[in-house]
Order: sequence, then C-alpha cells, then structure tokens
Amino acid sequence: MKRLTALLAWLLRGRTAVIGMPYVWLLVFFLLPFLIVLKISVSESEGVQFKDVLTLKDGVFQLVIKLSNYVFITEDDLYFKTYLSSIKYAAVTTVLCLAIGYPFAYFMARAKPTIQPALLMLVMLPFWTSFLLRVYAWKGLLTENGWVAELLTLFGVDHLLLGAGLIPALGKYMNSPFSLVIGMVYTYLPFMILPLYGNLAKMDLRLLEAAADLGATPWVAFWKVTVPLSKAGIIAGSMLVFIPCVGEFVIPELLGGPQTLMIGRVLWDEFFSNNDWPMASTVAVTMILLILVPLAVFNRYQAKSTEARR
Amino acid sequence: MRANRSGRIVARAWLGAGFVFLYLPIVALVLYSFNDSPIPNVWAGFTLKWYAALPGDREIISGLWLSLQIAFFTACGSVVMGTLAAFALVKYKRFGGRTLFNGMVNAPLVMPEVIVGLSLLLMLVSVQRALGFPERGMLTIWLGHLLLGMAYATVVVQARLQDLNPQLEEAAMDLGARPWQVFTLVTLPMIAQALLSAWLLTFTLSLDDVVLSAFLSGPGSTTMPLVIFSRARLGLNPSVNAVATLIVLVVTVGTVIASLAIARAERRRALDIAAAARGG
Repeated sequence: MKRLTALLAWLLRGRTAVIGMPYVWLLVFFLLPFLIVLKISVSESEGVQFKDVLTLKDGVFQLVIKLSNYVFITEDDLYFKTYLSSIKYAAVTTVLCLAIGYPFAYFMARAKPTIQPALLMLVMLPFWTSFLLRVYAWKGLLTENGWVAELLTLFGVDHLLLGAGLIPALGKYMNSPFSLVIGMVYTYLPFMILPLYGNLAKMDLRLLEAAADLGATPWVAFWKVTVPLSKAGIIAGSMLVFIPCVGEFVIPELLGGPQTLMIGRVLWDEFFSNNDWPMASTVAVTMILLILVPLAVFNRYQAKSTEARR
Repeated sequence: MRANRSGRIVARAWLGAGFVFLYLPIVALVLYSFNDSPIPNVWAGFTLKWYAALPGDREIISGLWLSLQIAFFTACGSVVMGTLAAFALVKYKRFGGRTLFNGMVNAPLVMPEVIVGLSLLLMLVSVQRALGFPERGMLTIWLGHLLLGMAYATVVVQARLQDLNPQLEEAAMDLGARPWQVFTLVTLPMIAQALLSAWLLTFTLSLDDVVLSAFLSGPGSTTMPLVIFSRARLGLNPSVNAVATLIVLVVTVGTVIASLAIARAERRRALDIAAAARGG
C-alpha cells in the first residue's frame, strides 16, 4: 500500500507529468511505428495478413525472418539506381540552396537593423502559404508559354541545359531533372536561409574589425572568420534541406519525369499501386538507413545549438 | 560598417533576385486565377468565373471543411504537447533517456513524410486489427498531423522559453506561488506570443499537408490538399489557381495582423518592464 501511494505521488508530480506525457506519446506514435515497419519488412505475408516474426510453437520460440525483400532490393538494379539518384538530387539541391542561401542570409544579417524584421517576414511568408500550391505554380511557369520557360528560351539557356542533358528537348523544361531541381531548391531555400540568418545575425562584428586591424582583407576575413563561425548554421541548414529531399514525394510527382527516379515515389507506388506492404516497409527501412548519419548529425547540432543559447 | 558602394549594390541585387524567385510563383498563381482562358498560361482577358464556380465545387468545399477541422485540432494539440516537450527539455537538464527524447522531438522536422506516414499507418492498421478501431479517417489524419505539428511547436516554444529570465519565476516562487500558479501567472503570459505563433504555424502546416493525409485518410475523408493534389497531378487547372489565390489572401492578411499584434504587445511589454525597473 505504501509503495502504491509512493508510485501515485511520483506519477502526480509535475516533473513526471511534464516529461512523461510527451515522452510516452512520442514512444507510442513515433518510435513504435518504426519497429512495426521493421517487423513487417521481414515478416512472411499471407494475403494481407502478416505472420508474427516470433511465435511460440510446442513450447519453443520460433523466430522467422524473411530477408527476401532485402535481397531483392540489393540485387535489383533499378532500386540501386533510384537510391543513388535520390541522393544525387538531394545533394545537388543542398549545394544550390547553400550557394544561393548563404549570400542571401549574409546580406540579410548585414542589412540595416530596422529593415531586418521585414526581410525576415518576407522570407517566412511563402513558407506560410501552401507549399503544394507553390510547387504546382512552377508547373505553370515552366510549361510551354510559361513566363520562366519563355524567358529561358529567349536567353538561349535551353541550349545549355540540353547540352548538360538536364532537359529532354529545346524549349521543353517540364518533367525533367531541371524542373525537379528548380522545384526542390525553391521549396527548401527558406529552410537554408533561416538557420543561416539566425546564426549570422548573432555574430560579433568586432571580430571582423579585429581581423581588419590585424591586416586581413574583407575577403580573407570573410573566409577565415565569418564562414567558420557560421559552421553550425551551415550544417543545420544543409541537413534541413538534404534529409527531407532524399524522401521527397510531392515535388518529383508534380515536376519530375520518367528520368528522375526518387525513392519516395517508389515507396508510394509500392504501397498505393502494388499494395505490397512488406516491400514498401523494406524501402522505408533502407531509406532510414540512408539518412541515419545525416539525421544523427542534425540532432547533435540541434541539441548543441539549443543548449548553447542559455 | 564601412560597406563600399559596389558591395551594397551586389547585396541589394542578390536579395532582390532571391525575393523574385520566392514570390514569382505566387504572383503567377494570383494573376492566372483571373484568366478567362481554361489554359492558365494563355492570357485571354479578365474573369471571375473560376471564383464563381468554387462554391458549387462540392469536392473542394467539403475538403476545405474537413481540413479546417483537422487543422484546428492539430494546432491546439500541437501547442499543448509542444509546450510540455519544450518545458521538459528546457527546465529539466537531466532525466533518463533525455537524448532519445530530444531526438524523437526533432526527427519529425526532417524525416521524409512518406516514412512517417507509412509507419504510422501500419501501426494503426495493426491496432485496428486487434481492437477494431480506429477507422481510417479524421482521427488518424489528426494523429499524423499532431506528430509533425508537435515537433514544430516544440522548437518555437523552446526558443522562447530559453530566452526567459529564470529569475522572474524564482521570484514568484520566493513570494509563495505554487508551481501551477507560477506557470499560469508568470510563465504563460510571457510565452503567450510564442504559443500563438506555434498555433498559427501548425494550423497552416496541417492545412497544407498532402503525404501524411494520403496515407492516413480513409474513404470519405479527402482533405482539401488531397483534392488539389489529385487535380494538379493531371495538369494545370484554373480552379486550383482560384483556391490558391484565396489562401494567399487569407494567409497574408492573417500574418500581417498577427505580426502587428505581436509587435504591439512586445512594445507594451518592454514599456511595462522598463516602468517596473524604474520602480513603477
């Protein structure tokens, strides 16, 4: 009885409730589902029913693990190519976002303090309007007669893109690697700019004065002082772009074409078109393995940057 | 800073080009929603007919109603769960499994939605087979959105909590306030703006979600983004442009009003603090 009241008292303590409620919720709705996916990816299926991996038969535990899905994925050329191309597109998107976003965030952070809130607002506003509709809008801009398509053709950019093999024909931009990358850079650019701005705006500008006093040119000071100090922002931004891009589905579906293999689309098709749940689970598990390292890096920096703010 | 002239020109040009890139699609959507031609890219004169057709579009209207309900409950749930999680992370620096907790809070921010959607669905299906509920529908979509919304809400509230001066809460406790009173009388008013931004952010996030909704919806529970997505997949569609314009309008007006209100409250609070510091 005494123990029970002690347990009850512990449960009713504010600390337990504050930590326990979100903790249990996340365990049940975030972690447990992954374990179930892992289980389904290796379980024998009979129609739509899955056999239990671990069964008790004649007093003996039997562990039946079916690895054929994983064997199939590693042996099938198309899957391998899809993984490779997902990583390639995610990496290209990340590099482009950084190349466009770093100077952008830098100039924002060095703009007059009075207009900085307005600039920040302008970066965040598109983020609040429907992402789906903004991606859809690119479809209109890049099809024939679209504004951007006509502009690019006017300047002869299509010759360049065709030469690089990024578009299928002169003047045709849609459903190509080019349109996919445009859509992904467009969607994820604010995710790169915001952490970089947060980082660069906090920088102590006296450090740059010190560098100048010690004889560094602005260019040298930028590379030796500003860039190293913004490392945490670069990493956070890159992970915020790279990881979701690997598994992106909506953008390749609306802007990509037959050439642009993406793993998110494969998972979607296995699930919705083929109704092959074990295979979809296998694809999900391998995708998690693919992003596990970036995910760990992201979490470490996220934890570090939030602890450091105190 | 002694920025030279050419440097300033480069900065302005870069920022300008960036904003053109960010806003061009939105401008295009709005303009083409007034286009008389059914092919959105060929201008054929001004019209409002796409807007006039919207109220009769059953699919869109019922999808919008469902989406608004889900978004409302998602935003409320996310703010509650996100605030709890943010408190746990900011106030308690040590507890068992804190690293795991931190990871689970942050992971949904970047985790590809197809993975989250698939795994949550497969778990709910297992539960349904064992217990007979829940049916796929509004409740299951809400669960998925809540998972995502909670992560965003946690980040927003956490940032605010960390900037708070802990001495204020300590002072209240010294004056004899119970922990619950400290929270409602001292902490809550100070983080109210963060809670409002988190609510608005998770509301729009839920209103916009395609992937999680697609996995977790059942027959008869088609949200508005699912309707839009299925139309957008088939090609350009003028009705989508009209819906988009209305959303842009509502969001812009809402965001401007909210940010003005927040800025005003912030100024007043600063004045109050200054007055209190002077001995009021």
